[in-house]
Amino acid sequence: MRLERRETQSAWLMLAAPLAAVAVALVLSGGLIALSGASVPEAFRRIAIGAFGSRLAITETLTRATPLILTGLAVAVAFRARVWNIGAEGQLYLGAVAAVAVGATNPLGLPAPLLVLVVAAAGAVAGALLLVLPVALRLRFAVDEVVTTLLLNFIVLLFVSMMIEGPMKDPLAFGWPASVPVDDAATLPHLVERSRLHAGLILALVMAVVVQYVMTRTVFGLEARATGHNPAAARFAGVPVGRTLLKVAALSGGLAGLAGAIEVMGVKGYVTTDLSPGFGYAGIIVAMLANLSPVGVVGAAIFSAAIFVGADSMGRAMGVPSFIADVTVALALLTMLVALLLTTYRIRR
Amino acid sequence: MNVFVDVLASAGLWEAVLRIATPLIFGTLGALLCERSGVLNLGIEGIMTFGAMIAWLTVFGGANLWVGLLAAAACGALFGLLHAAMTVPLGLSQHVTGLGITLLASSLAYYLFRLAIPVQGTPPTVEPFQPVDWAWLDHVPVVGPLLAAQTAPTFLALAMVPILAYVLAATPLGLAIRMTGENPHAAEAQGIDPIATRIGAVVAGSALMALGGAFLTLSAFNSFFPTMVQGRGWVSIALVVFAMWRPWRALLGALLFALFDAYQLRLQAQLGKEVPYQLFLMMPYVLSIAALVVMARRARVPQALMQPYRRGER
Repeated sequence: MRLERRETQSAWLMLAAPLAAVAVALVLSGGLIALSGASVPEAFRRIAIGAFGSRLAITETLTRATPLILTGLAVAVAFRARVWNIGAEGQLYLGAVAAVAVGATNPLGLPAPLLVLVVAAAGAVAGALLLVLPVALRLRFAVDEVVTTLLLNFIVLLFVSMMIEGPMKDPLAFGWPASVPVDDAATLPHLVERSRLHAGLILALVMAVVVQYVMTRTVFGLEARATGHNPAAARFAGVPVGRTLLKVAALSGGLAGLAGAIEVMGVKGYVTTDLSPGFGYAGIIVAMLANLSPVGVVGAAIFSAAIFVGADSMGRAMGVPSFIADVTVALALLTMLVALLLTTYRIRR
Repeated sequence: MNVFVDVLASAGLWEAVLRIATPLIFGTLGALLCERSGVLNLGIEGIMTFGAMIAWLTVFGGANLWVGLLAAAACGALFGLLHAAMTVPLGLSQHVTGLGITLLASSLAYYLFRLAIPVQGTPPTVEPFQPVDWAWLDHVPVVGPLLAAQTAPTFLALAMVPILAYVLAATPLGLAIRMTGENPHAAEAQGIDPIATRIGAVVAGSALMALGGAFLTLSAFNSFFPTMVQGRGWVSIALVVFAMWRPWRALLGALLFALFDAYQLRLQAQLGKEVPYQLFLMMPYVLSIAALVVMARRARVPQALMQPYRRGER
């Protein structure tokens, strides 16, 4: 068996491959649902209803998709330049802590829109610094950032736990470990009444467009993609590779940190150690499902969010463990990787 | 300073070191074997989780403890085969595939565990491996009593170190693995099949990783709970760099790391009131990063690590 590069990529193949990948993933998880003894068609129907079947379901799915869009963008930007940012989870949490540090009090009495911007910027800067550090270690000491960004996730989560049991502890939380809430002026307005959907979604969508523009239409975007494609050739062509990687790190970490700040301002109002059910890790899947396209990330994030929200409600209704959502999304990632390969290669015997 | 010295002198500390090191020895050797053939396996965290789950479930279902270990190794090998199939003949990104395997294996482990064991107040337990307590160990000075307190899988892990070192350094198979990791084209010119070599190394390495997970449920704790692997897989990946891809140094790294971990646990018990406990828990990860920074430059990475090999393509 060998792989042969395709000369042309037909349009229908580019469209059919991702759909086939998702279909295969759904069939495989259908088999796992059948293991539990539940009716598979009924389970899928419940997932669809749970994700999109009512006004509340749709707003929940979009609320869940908001941080996924941002962490997906963070990973897509980084992976394009071959910065293996596995630390979006940690960057998200540090962004959330920074948001509380800046937004808990409003000493200058800033008006709401301005305070929101300041708090969001604080989250982004914190996240950016957390990725610039491991990338600088890679440039300076040749330390693979895959392991360092992963290990930093654990460190940050412990730091969050330290902060909410120590300096940031909310004395009114009755011993429940949570941080003090952010100022009312730093909370995001809701988009739909009696739902959790907040203005962070708009911010995330705007960021997707901005990142798409930056990556495809600016010198920095070209340099980032060139560095990812072939660092040696990029350096030969005069791209400042090291500086480009640091800028990519700042952008990627910044987006993940922003996700944390927005979750605090939009959903909870404060930080706990369960603020994120793995949004940072899911961002890797979202980015790969989107084939690292910033605009594609929006669709992939909504797909993943729908699976998570839908499977939650299906699990409650039918007694199937809701871990099936993670299994489905992981399967979709693996089948998508193969499908995307088959759009550029064909298998020959 | 007395506190620090007293802790170091206690036999309990050194018993714990061997116990804590065991899953790391399995994990580090497994990752090392994969990487020596040129394949990074970030599936390790998930493979360990699945190994922990399936070993426990097998024993809970009435099987012998050794059958539990075998089941874990077999499942680890299967996930290794999946990783190898995607990264070796297909040449997909080893980073992304590995993370996909971790997500798949760990979520599948939680899912299957929940299917088998519905939610209960206290998690059910199994009768775990007991300390070997061989009589002749009493006659071995210093380390005898420490070893007598360990369980069989720890000895299996310790035995794997010379076995792997010997295979890699002194057998034709080891030469094939090393050549494939350094230069698959040259290996092929010597009549070695780089594809088959890589697949074999990843399958065997992943089986070792799963044994590390199985130790957690069959020796250390006697029940399974999600997140029980707690980053031990990622630490193993860091330890491979510390070990400079050598089995004996992998043992040394795992023991040093475990010593530090056991030490901080005891210091935490002594000083817990004055210092936030999270700082102690952070130390293993901080130490891993520090070890990477110190060792990364000096270590000689297998030259073809993460390079997909395609016949007739450079």
